[in-house]
Amino acid sequence: MAGFDLNDDGVVVIIGSGAGGGTLAHELTRRGIKVVLLEAGARQSVATFTQVPGDAFVQLSWLDPRTQSGTWSVAREFPTLPSWTCKTVGGTTVHWTATTPRIREWEVRARTVYGDIPGTSLIDWPIKFAELKNYYNLAERRLGVTRRNGIPGLPASNNFKVMYAGAKKLGYKRVHTNYLAINPRARDGRGFCIQQGFCLQGCTTMAKWSTLYAEIPRAEATGNLDLRTQSMATRIEHGEDGRVNGVVYRDAQGQEQRQKARIVCVAGNAIETARLLLSSASGKFPQGLANSSDQVGRNYMHHVSAFVWGIFNQPVHFWRGAVLAGVIEDETLNEPKRGFVSGYHLELASMDLPTIPLVGLPYGWGRDFASIMEDYRNFAGMLVLGEDMPQSGNRITLDADVKDANGLPVAHVHVDDHPNDAALRKHAQDQGVKLYEALDAKRVIRGNTTPAAHNMGTARMSADPRDGVTNAWGQTHDIKNLFVSDGSVFSTSGSANPTLTIVALVLRQAEYISRQMSARAI
Amino acid sequence: MTHQDPVRRRDFLKTTGVLTGLLAAGSPWALLAPSRAWAVDLAAFTSSEGEALMAMARTIAPHDKLEDAAYAIVIQAVDGEAGRDANLLKLFRDGVASLGSAFAGASETERVEWLGKIESGAFFQTMRVKTLQFLYSTPMAYAHFGYEGEAFSKGGYLYRGFNDLRWLPEVPLADSGPVPVSG
Repeated sequence: MAGFDLNDDGVVVIIGSGAGGGTLAHELTRRGIKVVLLEAGARQSVATFTQVPGDAFVQLSWLDPRTQSGTWSVAREFPTLPSWTCKTVGGTTVHWTATTPRIREWEVRARTVYGDIPGTSLIDWPIKFAELKNYYNLAERRLGVTRRNGIPGLPASNNFKVMYAGAKKLGYKRVHTNYLAINPRARDGRGFCIQQGFCLQGCTTMAKWSTLYAEIPRAEATGNLDLRTQSMATRIEHGEDGRVNGVVYRDAQGQEQRQKARIVCVAGNAIETARLLLSSASGKFPQGLANSSDQVGRNYMHHVSAFVWGIFNQPVHFWRGAVLAGVIEDETLNEPKRGFVSGYHLELASMDLPTIPLVGLPYGWGRDFASIMEDYRNFAGMLVLGEDMPQSGNRITLDADVKDANGLPVAHVHVDDHPNDAALRKHAQDQGVKLYEALDAKRVIRGNTTPAAHNMGTARMSADPRDGVTNAWGQTHDIKNLFVSDGSVFSTSGSANPTLTIVALVLRQAEYISRQMSARAI
Repeated sequence: MTHQDPVRRRDFLKTTGVLTGLLAAGSPWALLAPSRAWAVDLAAFTSSEGEALMAMARTIAPHDKLEDAAYAIVIQAVDGEAGRDANLLKLFRDGVASLGSAFAGASETERVEWLGKIESGAFFQTMRVKTLQFLYSTPMAYAHFGYEGEAFSKGGYLYRGFNDLRWLPEVPLADSGPVPVSG
């Protein structure tokens, strides 16, 4: 691994080592570009992962304080945890469930297809689906996605057998063990899935793709990567010419450091990315960096998500096996006669015993609550995942009162449900309830909306600079050598789990950055 | 609660309270433990505070066949947190005092009624979350609910029942995938 000088102004600084930052680091370093990769968290490995859920939660999660407001139920039920993402090398790819559907062709034309929905700030993506598709092909090969490119699907688990039987009773046709970046066979130097059920705690066979062991070690092997762990970026600096020229961060010892940079790429996950751009405000950019449009932090999207649990008279043992290895795609379409625009996936879901009463089940206590838990063996489960509407007022701002350990304002997350989100959620949960009732479930529980796993839109791509923060390559409209390299750039959320799209966009961005550097344009 | 030998140990540990009980006869834990009797030392709470909190935990998550020892582990964990956080200790102390000395010995119906009156307050809400957080993480809860937990050391569930459900039809191979025979 390389060590570059703090005053080396020829390096690209990438902030965050998850799906976006970790993949970008590999793509740039293998092209001979020097990269300093700043990661706020520590480095774990298969040797340090734990399958004690509470310990894994503390080991991997981003738990720095945040504040919340808005009508979204998460603001009431999880006031200190609006989003459940990671603070560790590999970022959220360490605890993701590796679900890798593509965004649909019509979803990248959301404004055109859905029309003028009151209260939304819908736009079309500034990128054609036909072009995105080429990068999906590359990303799927890179990640080894099941059911694509000749890679078989995962075998059916008990939980999926229940989903499948119920789906067939409802007449659903597109039901299978999902597109997953999980090896059904050993591949690419990583092991195969032994159905542990601990996807969220770090995959100990590395069957699940993560930048922690799939991309970052290869970037290190090029000799062009300087990975600095427990290094929290606090400010991006710029020169008189308005171009960014360095990043200030706290190192593992808590000392402030300043790394010079030729290019800066922000990949801190949509909440922290917006926070960093806003907190880097200066005399020249009083609203924050890349924010002349006032769109940084706005249009925050998190997907409509909620659980449905079916409780049966016989055991399912749903914790055994890959967590999200199942999907129903029949509702992934735009059919406004359902009472809402856009679509959703019904994805398989399970949850370990310690976590489900805290996160999966609706608020409760006493005999009724306990009777639900008594049937834990007999649970089947699914997760509703649908497109949510961008709204200008759903946004990340800097909290005026609460500061983090470094004395910097924490992110404040404001989310109001849009009527379209609520209608979609109701329809999707109703379908889940019907599915389990068709199999004579003893009881069906409409579960919680959990802290957001997917964060998008806070520095969105836009054709018109007034509508967003970056162009179609994640390059900010305002500052040529400042890029955004994570889900923040999504123009709309689509109904697909975002990681595959983040990787596809970053593969495309890396080509662009490399070309622009060669041409001395940046 | 009367004790002989734990007294000196409690002084040594600077404890202020203790919870004790017996494992149910025939419980798997009774077979493993050197004695059916268990005792949990408390550093922040008194014995009577501990007993009130334990009654509260059982009212929040009443599993009749789950060992008292599992609930005692919840109180021990809460006691540890309260010992490190003066605000939390005060919240629990004041909360227990507001329940009154009769709470621990009251019927479940009465306990539910009393807790219902303070449900929206910080004391109940905090205790509810702590109870759920710690209770379902105990080895006793894993055994009681049939949760098998840690899987890696046993080779995952690939050959330990991840697909052993037989009361519904099998999924066609085209919609699933082959079970690996070897990597």
